[in-house]
Amino acid sequence: MTLYADLKVTRGSFELDLELTVEPGEVVALLGPNGAGKTTALRAIAGLLPVTAGQIRLDDEVWDEPPRVFRSADRRPIGVVFQDYLLFNHLSAVENVAFGLRARGMEKRVARAEAAQWLDTVGLTDQARSRPRALSGGQAQRVALVRALATQPSLLLLDEPLAALDASTKLHVRAELGQHLSRYDGRTLLVTHDPLDAMVLADRLVIVENGRVVQEGGPTEIARRPRTEYVAQLVGLNLYRGVAEGTTVVLDGGGSLTIATPSSGPVYVAFPPAAVSLYPERPTGTPRNTWPMVVSGIEQHAHTVRVRLTPDPSATQDRAAPAVLLADITTAAVADLHLTPGQRLHATLKATETQTYPT
Amino acid sequence: MSDRRRQRRIGGRLPLVLLLPALLGLAFLLVPLIGLLAQAPWSTLPSRLFSEEVGQALRLSLVCASSATVICLLLGVPLAWLLARAEVPGRGLIRALVTVPLVLPPVVGGVALLLVLGRRGLIGQHLDTWFGISLPFTTAGVIVAEAFVAMPFLVISVEGALRAADPRYEEAAATLGAGRWLTFRRVTLPSIAPGIVAGAVLCWARALGEFGATITFAGNLPGRTTTMPLAVYLALETDPDVAVVLSVVLLAVSVVVLACLRERWISGLR
Amino acid sequence: MFRRTVLIALAAVAAPTLVSCGSDTPAASPSSPSSSSASAISGTVTVFAAASLTGTFTQLGKDFEAAHPGVKVVLNFAGSSALAQQINQGAPVDVFASAAPKNMDQVTDKGTPVVFVKNKLEIAVPKGNPAKITGLTDFADKDRKIALCAEQVPCGAAAKKVFEMAKITPQPDSLEQDVKAALTKVGLGEVDAALVYKTDVVSAKDKVDGIEFPEADSAINDYPIATLTNAKNPDGGKAFVDFVLSDRGKTVLTEAGFAAP
Repeated sequence: MTLYADLKVTRGSFELDLELTVEPGEVVALLGPNGAGKTTALRAIAGLLPVTAGQIRLDDEVWDEPPRVFRSADRRPIGVVFQDYLLFNHLSAVENVAFGLRARGMEKRVARAEAAQWLDTVGLTDQARSRPRALSGGQAQRVALVRALATQPSLLLLDEPLAALDASTKLHVRAELGQHLSRYDGRTLLVTHDPLDAMVLADRLVIVENGRVVQEGGPTEIARRPRTEYVAQLVGLNLYRGVAEGTTVVLDGGGSLTIATPSSGPVYVAFPPAAVSLYPERPTGTPRNTWPMVVSGIEQHAHTVRVRLTPDPSATQDRAAPAVLLADITTAAVADLHLTPGQRLHATLKATETQTYPT
Repeated sequence: MSDRRRQRRIGGRLPLVLLLPALLGLAFLLVPLIGLLAQAPWSTLPSRLFSEEVGQALRLSLVCASSATVICLLLGVPLAWLLARAEVPGRGLIRALVTVPLVLPPVVGGVALLLVLGRRGLIGQHLDTWFGISLPFTTAGVIVAEAFVAMPFLVISVEGALRAADPRYEEAAATLGAGRWLTFRRVTLPSIAPGIVAGAVLCWARALGEFGATITFAGNLPGRTTTMPLAVYLALETDPDVAVVLSVVLLAVSVVVLACLRERWISGLR
Repeated sequence: MFRRTVLIALAAVAAPTLVSCGSDTPAASPSSPSSSSASAISGTVTVFAAASLTGTFTQLGKDFEAAHPGVKVVLNFAGSSALAQQINQGAPVDVFASAAPKNMDQVTDKGTPVVFVKNKLEIAVPKGNPAKITGLTDFADKDRKIALCAEQVPCGAAAKKVFEMAKITPQPDSLEQDVKAALTKVGLGEVDAALVYKTDVVSAKDKVDGIEFPEADSAINDYPIATLTNAKNPDGGKAFVDFVLSDRGKTVLTEAGFAAP
């Protein structure tokens, strides 16, 4: 029983057009920047928004197929965890969890007993009678999760489930959520703009930009071989598109670089910023990729400093430099080099550090 | 030290620009009340109070205002929902029309009711010939007139509450398998309860003080259609002292009822 | 059809003025003022008059202004008791015309009141008399819809006197707050009959028919008029009273259904 969604939604000038499948037991993450159409996709699948064209079905059970079929949200076997949880404030935690069971006709006492068991699975027995306002962010998130799971839905939809949490609780709750998802044997669709959430929780990533799928694959695949600027930024890689001939790649955005394994035709070249080294003087020795650059930005990260470089316009170059180059160096190196914006220096990259793959 | 004290005083002080008109506004509302109380013939008050007519009029007022409020709740809450949530064409116009009874002089409202529900009215003539029902000059007529005048207060208040309520909670309920009616009962209604209470209180108060539409549509017959405001008006013609006594009674009863209700409801909601 | 009914009904309730003065033609003849010289008075004359005089006094005010160029008549119509209270509270008034001697008596600082018209009760029934009302005895019939004025207002007091005289216990469905309200309910056909003044029947003659009855003579209502002693325009006030008592005034008043004193 596969969830199959061919979503075409037009709203004003925005157009969503993407295809998705989710297999039983699979967690698929819909990853993309704000305004990419992720939430629209989730709302369409949940039945809160009819698609303009296309089809949503669970195997041969059609949920939405304009103009004939539209099953409203309450008649789809789904569970949704909303970004800010939307727990009913006038009901206690256990009543919130029992709500879906009651709506499906379960007797009140039975529903409450079952809801209490669900709360127990996430360690919230003591909070069963608390009102949502009295719960912490992490607790509210867990109540929202079991409220969605209590009806044993065929499809679980998570809309930015960790976005409302602060950084310190996020780590813990994310790991816990991962455990619950791995125990759930239905289909899970996770919508997020946080690459870490997607990488940790999902079996497969679908990257969406401007309402369209730009890349799809397992977390490792996506992390190593990004195909768009946005994905490269997400996973923290330098990414260039160009045309290869042997070990030389002429980049579409200007400049060229040398790769380790010969290739030909249109390719992507990716490498981590840590593979770039910076020198005050032109180094002598092996690296084939050496460019005179100017520092255009410096950004402090946890343990490294990310330096943004652009080609040095005044230098005579034997090799054209890429238009933008990111380099990660240690804080000590920043001090040694006396790095300041506008400073001229030389950047090198070992060809063996690059990943080349066809477009 | 002195600096800190001064800072604290500045922080706690209300801006004079607001305080002055606020107190003026309060005085404006309260002074006529004080005038009424000062004029009341306190020495003869008990004997006038426990007369048959006063008891009758007061009882009738309370029964009619409460019944009218119930009718307004049953019809007004769904109407407010329609205005706030449903995609009806010409919603702006409907909303404006709902407030008509607020703008209409109540006497004209009473005439309009007569033209529709009266013995020869559009609907009234059929009620009369088919079912033998005639609303004018009956207690039911008083309730109809009061409900007509008071309903906008409820509708406007509830519609405001509905607009302020987050519709995404209703979506959450839908994803949990709740149909529209269940969602309305178990999610929407509880979330707008304070607005409904506020609207019902306004509605009840308006119905209790209603005069013009009532006397025009339901007439004035002691024990059947003479509510307190009608009794007050007629007493004013001959014996202003009695009018003052009746007004004070009406006032006292309504203040007590509203205070109790408020206490009950607000504490029940928390 | 419905809309016309609404308009008529609204007019009957909200603006009896419009109904009653439409038929009169404004008399522009300056020859009518009798005793006082036209040139002697000026300024504004403020007149407080009973609500039942709305139509006639509006007409008389216009005629008076036509007869005395430059003079303005300001009219205020309301229930006589309310007017009496307003005058005693210091309202600036030159002339007071009351619908009952009782209310005139309540006013303290005034000249000698003169009765200028009389009004008596009449049975008002909807046009065509659908319930076949014949006389006062029908008012004791429980099955008929009957409206009377409340005892607290003058027409109700007069009705009470009439019923006592006729030894009839009426069975009203409503005790109206004033005579116009009773008349409205007859006009709309909501009641089968009501006791109102003859002038009211005349003012609504398109919608109601009047039935005279002998007992009405036992409760004839005198309308006194007087100038006020603290008037701002005593000459103007006196001239207006004289005008009301003149032949021209009598004509306007009797056309409206009032009887001469």
